[in-house]
Amino acid sequence: MKKQLGKYSQQIFLFAAMVIVCILLTIRSEYFFTWKNIRNILEAVSYRLILAIGMTFVIASGVMDLSAGSIVSLCGVIMALALHGGMPVPAAVAAGVLLGIALGAVNGLLIHYTGINFFILTLAVSGMLRGISLMITDGKPITKFGQDFIYLGIGRIGEIQLSVLFAACFVLVSVPLMFHMKWGGYVLSLGGNREALVKSGIRAGFYRVTVHALLGAAAAVVAVIITARLNSAEPNAGMNMELDAITAVVMGGTSIKGGKASIAGTALAVLILGVIRNGLTLMSVSSDYQQWITGFLLLVSVLISEIKVYKIKALIK
Amino acid sequence: MGTDTREPIVEMRHVKKAFGYIQALEDMNFSAYPGEVTAIVGDNGSGKSTLIKILTGCLKPDAGEVWIKGKCFSSLTVKQSMNEGVTAVYQDLALDNCKDCAGNIFLGRELLKFGIFLDHGRMRRKTEELLENLHISIPDITQPVERMSGGQRQALAIARAVDTGGDILIFDEPTSAMGIKETSRIMKLFAGLKEAGKTIILISHNLFQVFDISDRICVVHNGRFVDSFMTKDSSPQELHKLIVEKEEELSDEKAAW
Repeated sequence: MKKQLGKYSQQIFLFAAMVIVCILLTIRSEYFFTWKNIRNILEAVSYRLILAIGMTFVIASGVMDLSAGSIVSLCGVIMALALHGGMPVPAAVAAGVLLGIALGAVNGLLIHYTGINFFILTLAVSGMLRGISLMITDGKPITKFGQDFIYLGIGRIGEIQLSVLFAACFVLVSVPLMFHMKWGGYVLSLGGNREALVKSGIRAGFYRVTVHALLGAAAAVVAVIITARLNSAEPNAGMNMELDAITAVVMGGTSIKGGKASIAGTALAVLILGVIRNGLTLMSVSSDYQQWITGFLLLVSVLISEIKVYKIKALIK
Repeated sequence: MGTDTREPIVEMRHVKKAFGYIQALEDMNFSAYPGEVTAIVGDNGSGKSTLIKILTGCLKPDAGEVWIKGKCFSSLTVKQSMNEGVTAVYQDLALDNCKDCAGNIFLGRELLKFGIFLDHGRMRRKTEELLENLHISIPDITQPVERMSGGQRQALAIARAVDTGGDILIFDEPTSAMGIKETSRIMKLFAGLKEAGKTIILISHNLFQVFDISDRICVVHNGRFVDSFMTKDSSPQELHKLIVEKEEELSDEKAAW
């Protein structure tokens, strides 16, 4: 029992923190704990959760992808152009998702075969992709789509928005994929000890490429939701979204060095960040502070992660 | 040099390997015979680990041939090597520190249920059985390997190699992190594997251990094959003298330059 508690200490801490934040916000604002506001929070965090789940896999594999936000933007722009060109909604969405998968896979290929540091590489790719989005659109948003497409962003089944259902599906599929299937096990080993994987006769390159392709697919789904919800494809969409995703993943207990992951932790962290954002908005706090808080939480999470590694090393000594 | 009329189960012919300007192997020849324990000895940097990494397909040779069970491989892959029954315990152990014992024992050959899902329960049970059979004591097999002692980690890597069922087992400094009791258990395990007809290639700096367990000794120096002889025809003192002489020759050559 004690061992299990220790294993999930970060998630338990996050849950407790969320409960406390919720209690405090309920005291400060009578609007906070209403179904309408809870629904707002869920809708606001849904697409962030999808990207964070994709990022969880990538960070578990021992690297990061700073181009995820730019993939969101380019996929949105391409989908918008396809829709304006008269392509049916399913085909345009498929084109966007395939583009996301392809861009992610290229990132994986470059990281695996060039040996360039992933941080620099994905930062460079991010700049290039954002540049392409701006060049295509001339810096202006592409607007006005048909109701069929807009439904993907704001449509509901009962009381629940489709984006929330998409996010729930991502979480539900991710858990078995990460912890109960070979693919996830190898992705974790890629972060745990890539050499162990190679010396066991497993092609590390395949897992590097596919894990980035998965993040690309997640970014493309986010692009569908954002573009449909805003009824507009913005070349600046997804800006800094990867920072939020990385913050949530590390806060949730996934090791920044790879090898260990927590899908539940990521989901909890995305939720708590969403609650904080919502609470600050309700209290009319400037969005600048929200950015500051995200950065601060990332720093604290990395420190906690480092302390954990230090403790393990001390235990072995 | 000792000669053998039997066909070697593993043979390396004129293998060369360089890492940039460093020539790790220079015209390396090596043979291991079925059912024998062949020890590879030599000073640090003599090319022992490079030799076994080529044999397991982790490194590609720049030139030369690798023969396993009568098949010639000019560019061997890890998978091909494993399919030929070659299994290795590397000096770095090649363990995934974040996984538990079962995760490491079955890495690359996982047991599945319904064809797609990992059968964690069965892998854990089989790991328990394996460790018990090999008299390896790890109090909590569910903890990640990073929390284990050096000796436990080394024992786990050996257990994994044994469990693969390969008939050519390579051990690179297998007892370097182990205490006396654990080392003695591993030596007994090697004797058992030898009795079971496995071919063992052992790299060790411990000459007494080499003489204790091996049938044949292959001396390598500075990336080259020096000599190979039956263990019973030599002694630790003679072997030590041979290695030191080779080291002195190298120092003289360097001084002459």
